[in-house]
This record gives sequence, C-alpha cells and structure tokens, in this order.
Amino acid sequence: MSDQFRICPRSGLALHKPAETLIKANAVAAVVFLLVGGALGLLVALTRWPAVQILGPETFYQALTGHGVVTLLVWVIFFEVAVLYFCSSVLLRCRLATPKIGWVAFALMMIGAATTAVAILQGGSSVMFTSYVPMPAAPHFYLGLILFAVGALLACFIFLGTLVIAKEEKTYEGSLPLVTFGALTAAIIAIFTIASGAVILVPTFLWSIGYISEIDPLMYRVIWWAMGHSSQQINVAAMVSVWYAIAALVFGAKPLSEKVSRGAFLLYILFICIASAHHLLVDPGLGTEWKIFNTSYAMYLAVLASMIHGLTVPGAIEVAQREKGLDNGLFEWLRKAPWGNPIFSGMFISLVGFGFLGGISGVVMGAEQINFLIHNTIYVPGHFHGTVALGTTLAFMAITYWLVPVLFRREIFLPKLAQWQPYLFGIGTALSAFFMMGAGTVGVSRRHWDMAFAGSAVEWDYPGVAYTMMALNGVSAVIAVLGGAAFVIVIVGTILFGKKIEEPSEYKAAQPSVLARPQDTGGHGNVGVAGFTAPGTFVLALVLLVVFVVYYFINYGYLATVWHFS
Amino acid sequence: MSALQPPAQRIWWNQPVERAELMWIGIALVWCLIMFFMMPFWHVFGNQNYSGEAYRTTPEQFSAKVEEMVEQYTVRHETARNYPVVQPPAGSDIYLLARLWEWYPILELKAGETYRLNMSSMDWQHGLSIQPININSQVLPGYQKVLTITPTEPGEYALVCNEYCGVLHHAMLGKIYVTE
Repeated sequence: MSDQFRICPRSGLALHKPAETLIKANAVAAVVFLLVGGALGLLVALTRWPAVQILGPETFYQALTGHGVVTLLVWVIFFEVAVLYFCSSVLLRCRLATPKIGWVAFALMMIGAATTAVAILQGGSSVMFTSYVPMPAAPHFYLGLILFAVGALLACFIFLGTLVIAKEEKTYEGSLPLVTFGALTAAIIAIFTIASGAVILVPTFLWSIGYISEIDPLMYRVIWWAMGHSSQQINVAAMVSVWYAIAALVFGAKPLSEKVSRGAFLLYILFICIASAHHLLVDPGLGTEWKIFNTSYAMYLAVLASMIHGLTVPGAIEVAQREKGLDNGLFEWLRKAPWGNPIFSGMFISLVGFGFLGGISGVVMGAEQINFLIHNTIYVPGHFHGTVALGTTLAFMAITYWLVPVLFRREIFLPKLAQWQPYLFGIGTALSAFFMMGAGTVGVSRRHWDMAFAGSAVEWDYPGVAYTMMALNGVSAVIAVLGGAAFVIVIVGTILFGKKIEEPSEYKAAQPSVLARPQDTGGHGNVGVAGFTAPGTFVLALVLLVVFVVYYFINYGYLATVWHFS
Repeated sequence: MSALQPPAQRIWWNQPVERAELMWIGIALVWCLIMFFMMPFWHVFGNQNYSGEAYRTTPEQFSAKVEEMVEQYTVRHETARNYPVVQPPAGSDIYLLARLWEWYPILELKAGETYRLNMSSMDWQHGLSIQPININSQVLPGYQKVLTITPTEPGEYALVCNEYCGVLHHAMLGKIYVTE
C-alpha cells in the first residue's frame, strides 16, 4: 500500500491522492455535463419563447429529453459523487475505500450517460426524462440509465465503506461531522432511489427488447417516481450539507445545535421519499388516504425538516458574524457579509431562492387539491428550476469556487467574473422560475412545442399575458445561461490557466493526524437581541412563513371558484 | 467547532437547543399540521376533489362506450375534421376519449348540471387540461377514470393535452361547450 496524503496548506484538510483524483474526475465530468445541459436548456427556453421558437417540434422534444436527463440526473449525480468522496475521505482524514472500484463506478456512469445520450441523439428516444410507458424509447436509452445508476450505486457503497474504514482506523474523534452526516443522508436516499430505479427500468428495458409484453402505465408511474422524485431529494440533502459546509468554511460557523440539525436530516431519511406521491395526485386507481399521507411526506415532517435547515443554516452564520462583532441591530451581520465572495453569495442566493421560490411552490402544488391547478403545467418546471437549478446547482457552483483551488492548487481565474457569476445565474434562474410559474398559473402546458397549437383542428388562444410570461422566461433563461457559461469559463480557466499556488503541499506516505473533537466552548457567547442569538434569521424565517401561508390560501381561494368535481 | 468537525460534546444529544430553534420548530410544525388537515377538510367541505374512482378497461371496450354515446346524442358536427358535438342528458355517464392527437368527441353540457365524465386513452398517456379554468388531470391507457363534474359557468372551454404524447402533442386540442 502506498497511501499518500497531503495537507492542504490553506484549509488544513488532508487529501488522500486516489480520493483527490476521483473527486477531480467526477467534478470535472459534472461541469462538462452542466455545460451540455445548460446549452440544451437554452434551446428549450428559446423554443418556448413564442416569437423565437428556434427549434422544430422533433428537435425540441429531443433537446428537452436531453436537457432533463443531463441536468436532473447526470450533472447533479456526478457532482454528488464528488461531494460524497469529499465528505468521507477528505473531511474524515481517511483513505478512500477501494479507489479502483471508484474508477469502475466512474466508467460505468460515463458509459451509461454516453449510451443514453446516443439514444437521444439518434432521435428514436424523445420520451422525456420520465419515459412514461407505453411510449417506447430505444432499448439503449434505458440501458444507459441503468448503467449510470449502477455506477452511482457503487459510489455510494465506496462512501459507506470509507465511513467504516474511518471508524475502524479511528481517523476522527467522537461522532461524524454534521456535513458528513448530511452526506450520509444523501447516500441513503440515493440507495433507495437507485433500487427503485432498478425495479422499474430493468423491466422497461426488457419490455423494449420484447422480452416482457406489457408494462402497466400506472405501476410504471408509481415506481418510476420513487426514483424520479427521490433522486431530487438526494439533491436536497446534498445541497443542505453544502450550505452547512460553506457556512463553516467562510464564517467558521458552528451549528446552532447538533441535535436539531441532525434530527432534521433524520426526518429526510424517514419521510422524504414517500413524497413522490405528489406526482400521482390525479392518477386513476390510487386511494385518497394513500395520496394525502404520502404527498404530505407523512404530515409534512420532511417539509418541517427543510424549514428547520432554512433557519439553522443562516442562523449559524448570523451567530458567527455576531461573535465577530457584527452584533448591532437585526441585520448588520447580513449587510456586512462578504457579498463579493462567490462562495458566500452563491450559497446565500441558493438558500433564499430554494426557500422562497422552489420550496414554497413545491409544497403548495403538492397539496392534493391545489395540484389540480398545477399538474403538468409549466408551473412544475418553474418549481423545480427553483429547487434544482437555483438551489442545488447554485450551491454546487458556490462550493466549486472553494474546491477547485484546493484540489487543483490554482488560483481562481478571472476573479471579477467569478464575483458576478452567482448573481447572473441566480437572478436569471430565479426570474425564469418565476415566469414559468406565472405562465403555469394561467394554464400554459409544460413539454409543449407550440402554445398557439399550430395545425390543430380546434381553435383556442391562451391570454396575452401567457405569451408575455413565456417571452420573459426566454429572456431570463438567456441571463441564467450567461451565468452558467461564466461559471464554466471560470472553472475550466482556473484548471487550465489559473496561477499556480506556491505554498508547498507534498504527498507523504503517512497517515495524517486524527480529526480531533474541538474544545467545548459552551453556548454561543453573549450575542443577539432579546435572548435570541439569531434574531435576524428568525425574522426572515417568519417572513417566509407569512408568504407561504398567504400563497397557500390564495390557491385554495381560487380553486373554490371553478367547476365543481369529485 | 464547526459543521466540518465532530461535535464538541461526546454526547451531542445533550447540547442545549437554541430558543429560536425551539420556537421555529413549534410554529413550523403547527403550519405543517394545518396544511395536512386542509386536504381531508377539503374532501368534506370543498367542491373540487377527485375521489379516485377508476376502472380497468381496454381501448375496445372504452371506444364502444364512446361510440354508443356519440350515436345517441350527436346534435351537429364541427371543425375541419367533422367532430360530432354530443349533448348527453344531465346526470348521465359521458365519455371523453384521448388518442394521438385528439380529444373525441366535443361535449356540450349544461351549466349547473352534474355529469359523470369517463376518460381513457387509446394509446399513450395524455393529460387533460381544461382551459381557461386551468383544471388538470391525467389520462392513462387501460384505466377508465371517472370524474363527477358540475360546470358552473357557461362558455367555451378548451381541452389542452398537457402530457407529452409525441411529435404532434402540441396540436392535440379538444373542446367542451357549457350552455345556459
């Protein structure tokens, strides 16, 4: 064994060479796929801009299928594999378990993604990310997804194996750090997700080659969404871990209390996966009780978890800032935060955007009856661009600004551009999500080439405001894509042309020092207002709650005015 | 002590919880429970629900029902494709068939009357989006879904397909008339 560790001179983290190489490979693959997915997203948004309509129907549905698969699955999962390796090997100062299998996992994910990409490019598999049966795709469309999932599953096991090694070899004292605990949550949800994916995609693949005669469309939907939605819950858990990590890296923030933050992650594990039922609220053949219990993540206990993280992450930052002397009034800590640092600004825009746009819209549209107003309208992509693009993607971008100099030992290239990038991407994505939700509210359909219904025997027009919203969505998407392009330029530029970091950091064949438990300083110092250590955050949380409650009842109020049905 | 390090206390469970956290958990939990109970509440007191009524069917069985209704209650034909406009009696079972790429037939209903709307697909999955009231639903092949509807306002309503169903998905448009 030639285990090699180096100590990062800036962060003091221990990097195990094989882990470091794997993290680099997965993160670079992720960024490349983000580039592809973003370019496809631009084509989709420009086609749905009625005055532009850049693609014809066939290429549009092809691009949309590609955009969905590449961004919702390939980009985020490659990045999450990097996050898992980082949170186990690097944070715990431990060697990575079975790096060779890590390369097998990487190869399987690459081959899988390429296979599905080829199927989509060939044109016979424009079935969307959901690939609802009985609309058929080419067999290699499903096969590629299966290979990709097997690779991701191997990566999860390597993560778990590394945790076992760290425990066994006592590379850390006490319990797992909170960020690793969050990553463990993501890995557990990922294993459930991939198992569900196997249960439905393997038979669907067999059906596509003629080995199975029929796949029931309702069964497909029930099981597919156990993968389709849960895969987005991996993103949520990974994103929240990244938020905590950035709060610690930028501010030295410590969790308000370990019990609450860990308890919230535990709620994710227990309840978040059943929420895939909210995709099935208008499906025939499923019982009302089943729908209500599951769509509410068991009485909204997983929503409670996200609301807790929404308080504890900025709360931890607020306390850290107040302890540094920014203890005046409610919001001095926030006003004087490092808004020019893309690691912080990206994370904070991600947090606010996820809460106000993605989070509120997601819970509201998942209410059984409000779903009638939203099911399959473009409100749905509006919602998940608020969660996956504005939330997860921007959080991952933010931590990349910290990760790349540590891994590649180069300074950030074009730092001014990097400073602007989170705002460009964040504001563009937020507006795009907002306008999609607006268009969906007036009935515009998702996954639809032409809102003017060219070639239809029946005539009908959406109101003018729907066209305006779709045009504004197009403009916003262009801004978001510019922000995405800026990210790729900065990151690729840093890796290729960034100024080399001079401080030495040699690999040594020695075990690094143990990750010690810090001194118990007891409590959070004498900061805050009126007995609250984080009063500003508490006020912000209450603002979120008011918006949430008002918006929720507005929707029920509108619903009460339409046709009666039961 | 940060989120990147192990907890400072060996038994982190004993670390006291911040006051803001406790209050927020309480408030958020109450809101979560309100949202939860709103759904069964609306089933009892609201007028917009789906009971889940559905049956197994086949394209042959379902299209036979549709044809029966069309033969009995057609009042006129419309559009270039000569779609029958059907005026079924109030309170009856009415049928709406989804296929690539049309809704069949055109229904003419009376405002304030109640109908049992049966829906199924002949081929792939489709989505029923009633505009401009923006009520949306899912239509699957092999399943006959029954939604008991009472149109409240007279007017012309469009049926947009909002589940992607192939290259002419965007042209799949149907109609319901609601008369006084």
